[in-house]
Amino acid sequence: MVGVSDFPFLSILTGAPLVGALVVAFLPRAKPELAKRVALIWSIAVAALAVVMWIAYDANGARFQFRESYTWIPAWDARFTFAVDGIALVMLLLIAVLVPLVILASWHDADNTRRSVPVYFALLLALESTMIGVFAAADVFLFYVFFEIMLVPMYFLIGSYGGHQRQYAAVKFFLYSLVGGLFMLAAVIGLWALGGKTFDWQNLLSADFTTNTERWLFLGFFVAFAIKAPFFPFHTWLPDAGGAAPAGSAALLVGVLDKVGTFGILRYCLPLFPEASRWFAPYALALGLIGIIYAALLAVGQNDLKRLVSYTSIAHFGFIGIGIFAFTTQAGTGAVLYMVNHGLATGLLFLVVGMFVARRGSALVSDFGGAGKLVPLLAGVLFFAGLASLALPGTAPFVSEFLVLLGTFTVNKTVAVIATAGIILAAAYVLWMVQRTTQGTLNPALTAVEGMRRDLTIREKVVVAPLILLILLLGFYPKPVTDVINPAVQATMQDVDKTDPAPAVQEASR
Amino acid sequence: MQDLQLPPIDYGAVAPMLILFGVACLGVFFEAVLPRAARRSTQLVLALLGLVAAFVVVVLESDTRILTAGGAVAIDGPTLFLQGSIILLGLMALLLVGDRSLEQGGAFVAQAAITVGSDADRRQATRSQGATEIYPLAIFAIAGMLLFVAANDLLTMFVALEVFSLPLYLLCALARRRRLLSQEAALKYFLLGAYASAFFLFGVALVYGFAGSVQFGSIHDAVRESTQSTVLLYGGIALVAIGLLFKAAAAPFHVWTPDVYQGAPTPITGLMAACTKVAAFGALLRVLYVAFDGAAWDYTPVLGVIAVLTMLVGAVLAVTQTDIKRLLAYSSIANAGYVLVGVLALSKDGLSSSMFYLVAYGFTVIAAFAVVTLVRDADGEATHLSRWAGLGRRSPLFAGLFTFILLAFAGIPLTSGFIAKFAVFGAALESGEAWLVIFGVITSMLLAFPYLRVVVMMWLSEPGESTPAVSVPGGLTAAALMIGVVATLVLGVAPAPLLDLTTSAAEFVR
Repeated sequence: MVGVSDFPFLSILTGAPLVGALVVAFLPRAKPELAKRVALIWSIAVAALAVVMWIAYDANGARFQFRESYTWIPAWDARFTFAVDGIALVMLLLIAVLVPLVILASWHDADNTRRSVPVYFALLLALESTMIGVFAAADVFLFYVFFEIMLVPMYFLIGSYGGHQRQYAAVKFFLYSLVGGLFMLAAVIGLWALGGKTFDWQNLLSADFTTNTERWLFLGFFVAFAIKAPFFPFHTWLPDAGGAAPAGSAALLVGVLDKVGTFGILRYCLPLFPEASRWFAPYALALGLIGIIYAALLAVGQNDLKRLVSYTSIAHFGFIGIGIFAFTTQAGTGAVLYMVNHGLATGLLFLVVGMFVARRGSALVSDFGGAGKLVPLLAGVLFFAGLASLALPGTAPFVSEFLVLLGTFTVNKTVAVIATAGIILAAAYVLWMVQRTTQGTLNPALTAVEGMRRDLTIREKVVVAPLILLILLLGFYPKPVTDVINPAVQATMQDVDKTDPAPAVQEASR
Repeated sequence: MQDLQLPPIDYGAVAPMLILFGVACLGVFFEAVLPRAARRSTQLVLALLGLVAAFVVVVLESDTRILTAGGAVAIDGPTLFLQGSIILLGLMALLLVGDRSLEQGGAFVAQAAITVGSDADRRQATRSQGATEIYPLAIFAIAGMLLFVAANDLLTMFVALEVFSLPLYLLCALARRRRLLSQEAALKYFLLGAYASAFFLFGVALVYGFAGSVQFGSIHDAVRESTQSTVLLYGGIALVAIGLLFKAAAAPFHVWTPDVYQGAPTPITGLMAACTKVAAFGALLRVLYVAFDGAAWDYTPVLGVIAVLTMLVGAVLAVTQTDIKRLLAYSSIANAGYVLVGVLALSKDGLSSSMFYLVAYGFTVIAAFAVVTLVRDADGEATHLSRWAGLGRRSPLFAGLFTFILLAFAGIPLTSGFIAKFAVFGAALESGEAWLVIFGVITSMLLAFPYLRVVVMMWLSEPGESTPAVSVPGGLTAAALMIGVVATLVLGVAPAPLLDLTTSAAEFVR
């Protein structure tokens, strides 16, 4: 095992997609198929490496594993330090699994634009590299660098390859994120200047701040993460970005990129500023609750499928936020598991919606109706994805939502009860959407559309099958994932110095 | 009558200036004797060789720390570092100046005084040969800047100020296209510059009245011990600072900047934006850190307000610009504010970070103006922003490079702009100037918007009828552009060597 864990997994995982992106970008524009194949194979290789790392990870071992550290800017003590705990590990695996599927799902996304096809796939790989970097970084400076750089490929994915109103959406996305990032920059500088002139996460853990300073620093980080996640009231960019982005990019945007926000809160806000975290927790819980209810209500009223899915995500992020700020291991584990499951379920939902949109040429719910009669398989997948999204028992999100509510209930009954109302609303927006698009009388306009006569192709089946399998598998047997997450969450909660009111369930199951 | 005792001079230490002044004089001589056909190549080679030789001497002298010429010139770490930077940036600007592939005869006319619109003027605009006096003029300006950052008494500083300003006034008036704007720019620059010089000189007189000397060392002692009225001191500091802040383009002494940057020939704009800024801040640093450091408590709040005002004015007005050169001018004003934040840290870190910022910004801004010279149509440079729409489609390479430059201005990581901002903000925060950092961060958010607008223009808009093609640059412009872009990238990815250099150089002699 020693030999395996000495292998520089994390730097290779971060660097490999970037190299792939450069290779793909310089492939001839006239041979789009070649670029697609190279990108797909490359991302599968990255996924394979991630799986090997997963196997080599010791769930009961040290909190941070696969640590690597290289000199970068000695004057500031900023280093290329990579290390993952259980939380980061599952996120890395989620990225590695999603990206090949997204590449496969986006096979024809760039064909009809007048822009370069290889560049599209190069941007996807570049995005993968920055996303892996942001989860693998164990140096605050390095984390910040990835956090900001991540915007650039996503900006061009939305702005160059997106649909209606893509320019507006891309600029809004970039500005919102940049504003958050600059708040964080101020906090990062403060953390460095007042925390002993180091960027090493481990060393910063022992830094001592005055109560006031700590709260300001917390706020700087929290605002950036709340915009990224996004939490109410910083969410307005997401429906625009999610609505305008090509379906594959949107799946990555909502499925992974936004998780950086919640991950950042878990990794940086809670352990580095424990006192401030406790002080701000009621406000964060309130934001989470408002998000759950408000976004769900907005989702019910949406007529645009992609915007609808974006709003459901905001509601889900409310759940994750509650899970984090309830400060119990149970709720925390639930929140992290939710991050994974949401990535799978919403990723699937976005991809399926993308398949519908690609066929119909429109994302409006009212342009569909009775589509199930034309494309029964596709409609079935949409139904399944919808059920997973509303956390039906048997699908993976149920486990996480249940854990979040259970863990929250033990410490704060009111919050848990109000949040439960979100589940009912979730049923409303999902089922109503499914009903209006795929059930009922067949919309005569649909039959006239060439694409709607083609059900799932083999390529699309290959895309959705692994996701459906994973959602079911984790719905019935989440233990492999929770086993990895649980120690990391426990350690995080110890950092915040909140003890669980009752023995955690996970303890018994181990 | 008593014989004057000439002070001993360390000729090795002042050799860079001597070389450049000699080269400039030689250039004037060649201008008189050489046949017209041979002038341009001779002048260009001579000027470049002179700069290279001066740079080599600066490197050889890098360990010198002395006062020489009777204490009028200080050759120390900051002097040598800033001189080296000015020479390198001047070299890049000179490459732009020397380019004749973009426009027949280069960007300069031979006779600036001919009435605009007259037949003679039209003839000279289309005639192939341009001015060759620009080379000695530019070298005079650069040599003056070298003396400016080395000056250790106020009178020497004033002489150096005039030596580098006068050639710049002239150079501004020599644009081949848009003659009227160019002449207006020169006149404005000259008149306001003359005012600023007068302020400076008056300030010198007041300080002399207070300290009884113009030498920085003596002033430093006098600030501590003198029993003279402090009104003289404060008045003197204020007036001297106004003179220097005018050159640095800090608000409210910035009003000349957009007009002059827009009207001047673009290579000269690059020279001003990079080298003049380095020189002005170099002098300001020396005056504040060496002569008036005892009064720091009194001037810091005032200069802090100026810094905030500068950042705000630059950022807010940049948002409304429709001309790329004016946009870059306002951005340079805002950047002056950021350097001022570093200057006001009044610490070793403040000094080193300001120097780093100046170099980083200089390389990027010259590269930016290099791109501006390339985007042109039959009427010369197309500087209106609407003309840049869809440029990314027409020439992805240059649009890509310019996007990278803009990201550097916006302070996105992996560019020198980010590291530079981080350094100055970090230094300021450490010195307890948190409010300056907060304004710096807020204005950075504002500034991101105009940069992003240009990116959107270039990539996300469809090319219009009037979108000009990007000219293929000649070797000289291409070299300047590549140096700037590579420096921006290298200083962003691996800033450690330059950070170490600035840190080891950050010690004034008194």
